[in-house]
Amino acid sequence: MKVEDAICAFCGCLCDDIVVEVTDNQIVSVDNACSLGSARFLEDQENRLKGPIRQEGGEWRDISYDEAIDATVSLLLEADRPLLFGWSSSATETQAAGAHLAELIGAVIDSTTTVCHGPSILAIQEVGHPGCTLGQVKNRAETIIYWGCNPIDAHPRHMSRYSTYPDGFFIKNAFRDRQVIVIDIRKTESSDIADIFVQIEPGGDYAVLSALRMIVLGKGSLVPETVFGVAKEQLLHIANLCKKTRFGALFFGLGITMSRGKHKNVRNAIELIDELNRHTKWTITPMRGHGNVYGSNEAFTWISGYPYAIDYSRGIAFYNPGETSAVDILRRKECDLCLIVGSDPGAHLPHICSSYLAQIPTIVIDPYPNATTHLATIQIPCAINGIDAAGTTYRMDGVPIKTRKVITTRYQCDRDIIHTLYERVKAVKGHE
Amino acid sequence: MNEILLKNACVIDPINGVCGELIDLCMKDGWITDSVSEKALILDAQGYLTLPGGIDSHSHVCGTKVNFGRYMSPNDMRAGREVSRGIMHPISGYSVPTTYANSYRYSAMGYTTILEGAMAPLEARHTHEEFMATPLQDMMANTLFDGNWNIMEAVHNKDLKRAAAIVGWTLSAVKGFGIKLTNPGGTEAWGWGNDIQSIHEEVPDFGVTPAEIITTMIQANEMLNLPHSVHLHCNNLGMPGNYATTLETMDLAPDLNEKRQTLYLTHVQFHSYGGSTWGDMDSRTEEISKKLAACPHIAIDMGQVLFGRTTTMTADGPMEWRLYTLHHNKWSNHDVELETGSGIIPVYYNRKNLVNSIMWAIGLELALLARDPWKIMLTTDNPNGAPFVRYPEIIALLMSQKYRDAVSHTIHPRTEHRVPLFALDRELDFYEIAIMTRAAQAKALGILDQGKGHLGFDARADVAVYPIHIDSIDPARNYTEIEEAFKKTLFTIKGGTLVTRDGEVIVEEKNRTFWVDPQISEEYDMTIDQQFRTQFDHYYSVRMNNYPVSENYIPRGVCIKTKTPL
Repeated sequence: MKVEDAICAFCGCLCDDIVVEVTDNQIVSVDNACSLGSARFLEDQENRLKGPIRQEGGEWRDISYDEAIDATVSLLLEADRPLLFGWSSSATETQAAGAHLAELIGAVIDSTTTVCHGPSILAIQEVGHPGCTLGQVKNRAETIIYWGCNPIDAHPRHMSRYSTYPDGFFIKNAFRDRQVIVIDIRKTESSDIADIFVQIEPGGDYAVLSALRMIVLGKGSLVPETVFGVAKEQLLHIANLCKKTRFGALFFGLGITMSRGKHKNVRNAIELIDELNRHTKWTITPMRGHGNVYGSNEAFTWISGYPYAIDYSRGIAFYNPGETSAVDILRRKECDLCLIVGSDPGAHLPHICSSYLAQIPTIVIDPYPNATTHLATIQIPCAINGIDAAGTTYRMDGVPIKTRKVITTRYQCDRDIIHTLYERVKAVKGHE
Repeated sequence: MNEILLKNACVIDPINGVCGELIDLCMKDGWITDSVSEKALILDAQGYLTLPGGIDSHSHVCGTKVNFGRYMSPNDMRAGREVSRGIMHPISGYSVPTTYANSYRYSAMGYTTILEGAMAPLEARHTHEEFMATPLQDMMANTLFDGNWNIMEAVHNKDLKRAAAIVGWTLSAVKGFGIKLTNPGGTEAWGWGNDIQSIHEEVPDFGVTPAEIITTMIQANEMLNLPHSVHLHCNNLGMPGNYATTLETMDLAPDLNEKRQTLYLTHVQFHSYGGSTWGDMDSRTEEISKKLAACPHIAIDMGQVLFGRTTTMTADGPMEWRLYTLHHNKWSNHDVELETGSGIIPVYYNRKNLVNSIMWAIGLELALLARDPWKIMLTTDNPNGAPFVRYPEIIALLMSQKYRDAVSHTIHPRTEHRVPLFALDRELDFYEIAIMTRAAQAKALGILDQGKGHLGFDARADVAVYPIHIDSIDPARNYTEIEEAFKKTLFTIKGGTLVTRDGEVIVEEKNRTFWVDPQISEEYDMTIDQQFRTQFDHYYSVRMNNYPVSENYIPRGVCIKTKTPL
């Protein structure tokens, strides 16, 4: 059986033209996906955890789903300051269920946003976000800037589907009609194919953005001859191109959100785009990483009012990233339980945070054993969004797409697991 | 069996011509009936004012741009947070509240039905996800067609049937309710950072004018037999002198429907400005109202502005950009490929500012100058003019000249030279308010057939009991009490279930979503139209097979199938 137009929910590109060939409920081949997507559909299937496991005295033992759920419910009920973390690989239905679980038990809920585009959100909360859907870029953009990101490695089909290579309604010949500018601190595979590459000395993004803003504002005479390794001449050239293009799109990645300056870098980039809109049309889009990290921001926002780092411990939704974000709570050793859904903080958070996970009850709901598994008390494998589960998933530009289930397995969907936890905890709390 | 006997209700039900009669209302299984059994829950309305559930015919509460308004505004979230009480979720937000906050606050004010003002088809799933989290109101989504490339191509080719077929396919695919045009043509021009200045100016690259889009869509709407009419946000919103555009647009509309208007103009306050700059801007409500009176086939809503902080949000991307260049506050924009645009900025309407004072007056004038309350619906274009929680203030202002005079002393002193408001002595009565907040909406939206907007037998049992005795109060003098009474019902009953008592939500309800499914033959079915499919897959960034919203997003959908000649 061939499943046409399947969705790869691995990264924020959310490619929805994947063709998956299934024989005897096994995925046998995948067309159109990039190497990351193919691996997700094919090789990764063999690495899935077979069933729930529990660590006791340094030993792992297999347990039933019922036992795993019972134990998790008990731990959730005992917890005084639980942290619910991850969520970015799950569908929004799961994320919404997670937010309601957090309300119920007065937990802190945070997604992987906290260690990727959290600073972008802080900048947007300061100055707004002039953006667009990716088809707008495909059909119109003459100038593309990738700043602090390497799409060829991290979002392999971004250039071919949305920005650089596809012909569009107004771009009849993408090769001739578009130019791509890559701005980064190092040469990458993406910079190799750029029409213009701007290499900034590390830590210089804020200054270079400021220099471009000054030139666009007509104050270029104040810009020094070089700015963090970038020649003024090149900046003048780029600013001129940006003002003259009919439609420009800037994409940015962790190179500016997680380097010195953080959200101030992003704010500067947004304000550059604001300024360019006085001359022509420009938009800016964060290159969101996890397949549905944007969905977590959306679902948390319509439920709590805030995109991430929400603390329900006082009965209201309270938001103060830096205090209520997962890294800070773990670093302060404040939480006494961590429920992790579809993410690997053991590999991605600072050591001081991940090592603390081993000291408290840590429950992982994730299809695969990963670095966090070794720190966990219980791991419950679940079905995978876009493979053996389907749900709403938000692309990096906010377009919601429903994934397709291509095979059927015995794994429970994480939404059902969270629902069960919610109902069980609620039943006990109702009797108190 | 779920039964309620609401005793001693002082009912105003304009659809059935009932004006202040003391009635015992019977409700069974979600509907008004003529009797109930002994098992019915008995509620005592104490002779209080009892109306059909409120209906908002234009409000932004769910979907991509609303949620982005929340996302970018933690300040606004902090301005409206409340702890969880009983079965209520904790809530946040003042001008762009969370979905549960919207739902609870609307319900406390007696509202049971809301039309979301603008849904981009490409992002429809998001709207429906939020509808599911707005449990106490039945929902509908106005669907945006203002910059739709396929539509503009059909308009250019003067192919009305194809335009109608595309609308029909899209509404059915995205589970939409009606046709919304926001600055038609202007949102496409905004793709290049431009706007359209006149309804006769050509949209760049597409060879059609806003006037052609509007007239074709009106005809397509009637060809599809949609319950609601075309719902239009005119060109040039917020521009001094734009009343001329509005009048010109009103001239475009033919009279094609016996049951309701043929054209619905939304938030007309923002479209009734004279002058040529902000310096000489004035009110042109007299011209607009005169035209409205001469056009029985046009209905409008107010788009009232109230002083204070709020968030503006609209599909009209170029307008939000202009507002940004005035306010220099934070600005968000979100163009939607092949379809429409959108923008958001926070604003503060300042009573000391002349322009804001004129805007405040204009909304009220539209309501007071319209002789026929069935043609003017009470809205703030929530949250653009003000958050909906301030509707009671508008009701009180419309019912009391004394209140308006009291406010007039606090606003910009030159306002009176620019507006006719203070010469108007009309004071609306409860019957007219009932028309402007539910009955007219039910008629205009075409949902009378769904039992909405009235309390006759076989009406949907949506009922609001406001703690006020209409015979013993003089609204002209006691406007504060009027405002208080409309803020919080004694009872709100939705679909035959008592959902809110004294403003507290007491049950977890599940709402319904109305959507339309025009019946179209294979000849005009876009699902199998090769040209449509090819263009779709070339220019959209999603595959056509992944575009339609499946019915599991509408778990309690009410599908309105319409007959068409296509």
